[in-house]
Amino acid sequence: MSGCDKSNCGCVNTNPTDLLSSSRRNFLGGAAAVATLTLAPGITITAFGGSAKASGHHARWGLLVDVNKCKKDCNACVTACSTEHGWEDTGHPLTDAQWIRKVTLKDKKSGFEQSLPVMCQHCAEPPCVDVCPTAASFRRDDGIVLVDKHLCIGCRYCIMACPYQARSFIHEPLMDQKEYSPRGKGTVESCNLCVHRVDVGGTPACVEACSATGNGAMLFGNLNDPDSEISKRIAEYPSTQIRADLGLDPGVRYENL
Amino acid sequence: MKFGLKIFALFLAVFGGGLIVLPGQMANAEGQGFNGSSVLAGVLPDIPKGKGDSCIAPTDFMRRNHMNLLSHDRDETVHFGNRQVKASLKECVTCHAVNGIDNTPITVEDPKHFCRACHDYVAVKIDCFECHASRPGETLKSSRDKALKENEALAAYAKGADE
Repeated sequence: MSGCDKSNCGCVNTNPTDLLSSSRRNFLGGAAAVATLTLAPGITITAFGGSAKASGHHARWGLLVDVNKCKKDCNACVTACSTEHGWEDTGHPLTDAQWIRKVTLKDKKSGFEQSLPVMCQHCAEPPCVDVCPTAASFRRDDGIVLVDKHLCIGCRYCIMACPYQARSFIHEPLMDQKEYSPRGKGTVESCNLCVHRVDVGGTPACVEACSATGNGAMLFGNLNDPDSEISKRIAEYPSTQIRADLGLDPGVRYENL
Repeated sequence: MKFGLKIFALFLAVFGGGLIVLPGQMANAEGQGFNGSSVLAGVLPDIPKGKGDSCIAPTDFMRRNHMNLLSHDRDETVHFGNRQVKASLKECVTCHAVNGIDNTPITVEDPKHFCRACHDYVAVKIDCFECHASRPGETLKSSRDKALKENEALAAYAKGADE
């Protein structure tokens, strides 16, 4: 390497160590440039997402469920969700879509029972988003976890990854879906926190139905706004997240669980 | 004879105004639809007329670019929550609804559906309606009204159960 005597070989530095460091520098520089390039669209998207017209700046939408107020025989939230989005029980529990369900917890010793609704928990660190190979599963800027069905290939990794079993797969062709809630065969779906309502300043159908029954067990609001009712309640009274030990920081919290 | 007409139509379609020209463009240039055209009737697609005066852009632009407009705005809505987009499939389906024999809008399963009229002719599969509704149905407002009514009934029932 040291005896380069060709005048036109283009060799600038013949020291092997320097050559190595120079190639490493080039490599690292190149890598950095690629990182910037690949980051650039991400940055644009983030900046664009921040200025989302309807979703609100720095909002994080969440739910607070008071389990004490949730009646065991009441199914209003599930029915309201089913009506709103057009999914239904067709008698095939293994393949039917289910966006929200009532779960009963029983203390074996005392026989004490509690009933609570469980739906997509809209995690801050959603495992479904981590595993999605096509980026169809994503977390919106305002904390709502969604499936972009234009990108979903129906691999169902997200169904496997979700510790709350919140997601369903559509097995059969559908017709006449709700125009604000598109659903189709071969894609995965789950609670979308009624994103079509939230975007125009509304509240999810389950929360509306729950307050209509007079139980008032569900509260919807912006977790990032310290003055919102939900944030005040969480700050004042104890509440918990299901499987908080997983560190996913769900946006759905439960009181008296 | 019919085959000859098809070749003639294809020739016109390809060389009449660019590489990808949908036949409706020629007919519109002549100031008439296909329904009235005696020579090409049955050969070219019968494209139903939409409601209102015009689409969100001139017809020839929409014919070439509707898919790009929709694709752009769907990302706007799904990812950024913008519900005020200009190109919305809901609007397409509403303005271009075609009524069937029972006087209600037909779905994409019917070959007379606005989108299918052209897509069948050019043999391009439409994926939109595997998830989206292909005819105007319950709007968000009508659904909310319905939900409010149901909630009222629910409240009345809950009140009655308490007493």
